[in-house]
Amino acid sequence: MYETNYHRASSVQEAVQMMGAAAEGKYLSGGMTIIPTMRQRLAAPSDLIDLRHIAEMKGIAVDGRSVRIGAATTHEEVATSAALAAVCPALCGLAGHIGDPAVRHMGTIGGSIANNDPAADYPAAMLGLDAVIVTDRREIMAGDFFTGLFETALEEGEIITAVRFETPAKAAYRKFPNPASRYAMTGVFVARRDNGDVRVAVTGAGSNGVFRHSGLEAALSANWSPDAVANVTVDASDLLADLHASAAYRANLVKVMTKRAVAAA
Amino acid sequence: MAKITMTVNGRQVSGVCDDRTLLVHFIRENLGLTGTHVGCDTSQCGACVIHMDGQSVKSCSILAAQAAGSSITTIEGLAQNGELHPVQAAFKAHHGLQCGFCTPGMVMTAVDMIRRHGSDLDEATVRAELEGNICRCTGYHNIVKAILAAVHETGGVRQAAE
Repeated sequence: MYETNYHRASSVQEAVQMMGAAAEGKYLSGGMTIIPTMRQRLAAPSDLIDLRHIAEMKGIAVDGRSVRIGAATTHEEVATSAALAAVCPALCGLAGHIGDPAVRHMGTIGGSIANNDPAADYPAAMLGLDAVIVTDRREIMAGDFFTGLFETALEEGEIITAVRFETPAKAAYRKFPNPASRYAMTGVFVARRDNGDVRVAVTGAGSNGVFRHSGLEAALSANWSPDAVANVTVDASDLLADLHASAAYRANLVKVMTKRAVAAA
Repeated sequence: MAKITMTVNGRQVSGVCDDRTLLVHFIRENLGLTGTHVGCDTSQCGACVIHMDGQSVKSCSILAAQAAGSSITTIEGLAQNGELHPVQAAFKAHHGLQCGFCTPGMVMTAVDMIRRHGSDLDEATVRAELEGNICRCTGYHNIVKAILAAVHETGGVRQAAE
């Protein structure tokens, strides 16, 4: 690992100031991606600004069907929140299958969303839940936030402080984990609103990161049932192909994971 | 350079290291506690698992500076008054190790598992939660057996965070 300077922020304001003073700074939350990346010398920030001790960025608040999750909330805290499980168990289940227990004790929702790994689970949930990404300076709809592979709408020095969303009537997430890395080779988050609106958000498969599938959404809006997926065509031309799976294989996985998610919702 | 103070196995310790020093290297090299192992260097194998503020974490993926001010338990901190911790005793009784390299991480992960699940811990959960700990000798079977036996031994009591 190249040299770096560590700073611990105690407030969002202080973190922004520290970032302003750094040559090429990076925010550090749980560190479950950035530290291994630095260790491999694939990243070399001059400064790391630790957000893990900022009280205002922690915790889960549920008010009726409105949910607000602080960006520094760990996967373990999301997975085991009784308040969240009562209104949106799909998100608890998703968080409980990220990485392994030791990773879930450190990794955070804000870190995962800011990193926008094309195989990460949370981006699918944010898009499927039509969540709002709250930062130190504005609010961004999930649909505008995830802009590409490891790319987001975040500006220089901008910090995600929380996410918030209204819980849908039904939701579920199903993924096909790579047998070795356990990252999603394809993961699908489905959500159905009281008015019948359906969102289908796909991670792990898109060559430009997480995306919604309009064909699946239309079919499930008309008929909320696993069988409704059967006649939908998933175009493989925009999907990832690598040594783990071809684009055609992933296209099929999109349908199978959607089917499983609807059955589970 | 960072001046680090933390509590390790109930004792306050401090040391000076680079800001980029990993917690596992601080524990092994500055504190001389070599029970915590470095295995894969890619955060997959779990040989470096310790407890930070009562929760299992991978000390190869955390900077020592991040852990400043925290309370750390390593494998050396489990045995009390010369008596093996029930999980350590169960690994011994059930032959849950062969070469032993992964064992410190396995034991720390197991203790954390029992803390969270108590007597609800079943075989499927043990196997699922060993996802982040790799063993190249045992085929896991005796590790799973040892952990389930330890749940029995400890009465399956969920423990408050250390």
